[in-house]
Amino acid sequence: MTVRKNQATLTSDEKKRFVNALLTLKRNGKYDAFVTTHNAFIMSDGDDTDRVGHRSPSFLPWHRRFLIEFEQALQSVDSTVALPYWDWTADRTATSSLWAADFLGGTGRSRDGQVMDGPFASSGGQWAINVRVDGRNYLRRALGAGVPQLPTKAEVDSVLAMTTYDEAPWNSQSTGGFRNHLEGWRGVNLHNRVHVWVGGQMGTGVSPNDPVFWMHHAFVDKLWAQWQERHPASPYLPAAGTANVVDLRETMRPWNNVTPADMLDHKKFYTFDAA
Amino acid sequence: MSRLTRRSALGLTATAVAGLGLAGTAYAATASGPANGVVPAAGDGHTGHTGGMDHTGHATPAPFDEVYQGRRIEGAPAQGGAHGGHHGGYQVRIDGKELHVMRNGDGTWISVINHYETFANPRAVARAAVVELQGATLVPLA
Repeated sequence: MTVRKNQATLTSDEKKRFVNALLTLKRNGKYDAFVTTHNAFIMSDGDDTDRVGHRSPSFLPWHRRFLIEFEQALQSVDSTVALPYWDWTADRTATSSLWAADFLGGTGRSRDGQVMDGPFASSGGQWAINVRVDGRNYLRRALGAGVPQLPTKAEVDSVLAMTTYDEAPWNSQSTGGFRNHLEGWRGVNLHNRVHVWVGGQMGTGVSPNDPVFWMHHAFVDKLWAQWQERHPASPYLPAAGTANVVDLRETMRPWNNVTPADMLDHKKFYTFDAA
Repeated sequence: MSRLTRRSALGLTATAVAGLGLAGTAYAATASGPANGVVPAAGDGHTGHTGGMDHTGHATPAPFDEVYQGRRIEGAPAQGGAHGGHHGGYQVRIDGKELHVMRNGDGTWISVINHYETFANPRAVARAAVVELQGATLVPLA
């Protein structure tokens, strides 16, 4: 059974195995296919059109399925690997061990944002940015430049306290639901803010080019599980009959064989090292 | 900033040349609002009532064409007018290359370059993309 651990607790061997699996998927082209898929959805998910992966109730189940598929790809390389999660309420500075040269490498240099150390630095020749929206083929970051502070534990708690999963109009304008506050279009802004804090590709439509994408979303996914635990009587919404969004038992593109209902219980697929 | 790009921009329209005077002053601004030190020009999307209304009741931002930090940014309603799609019926270009933009339901804007933060209008989202690009050229998705 897959156990997802806090990245701060990984042993050096676990870090090495995770990084090696990422580099292997990059080499064989599977990694970039995930980037392409994510960008296709983020470009087409609009507030007044069909929306599946973003700004919609299925933001959470869609990314859960997306991460499971990616984790399975990693495990096809090394069966001991699980997606680590990055608790950005705790590891909230550019000097965190997450950004050390033996893991993800650090922030980019000021001239062009290029990450200069670690296994994903362009100079290592193993992490070309192929699925891109501009001419730059190197990994970029600007930690803390786009927004100075990552979300705090208190801000996370305030969102976890919300009792309704989502509400009309089921997009980036929904004001009272857990999903849109977690996604970050309203309220204290959790998920979106972390993308902006990391900067570089993480702020763009091709954000999965930065491996921290997976660890960020693994934590967002964990927050969903914590919210479910705290509000056992609050269902996924909408239940049925809602235009442009994925109801509880409707299938999600691009898989077309999985529904939000299928994704509600993460324990069928993996567990977390801590509640 | 690309010297070549700046030089090639010099021959552009009167609007673009006027914009050059602003180009150096706003470096490192977030371009997400008036705090970037640039006085909004006439026709800025904040007040874009000249472009007509779309079906959701948001004013279609007026066209713009200026040079910002040495890059030519242009925006205009898309050919055929507001078609109601999530692009907002609006097209933005940086040095002639399309910047994919999207209008949110509340009338704010994002782009493929700044996809997780919102901006008041297409001009602001174009300026933010210029800052983020650091001289790089937009390319169609590989």
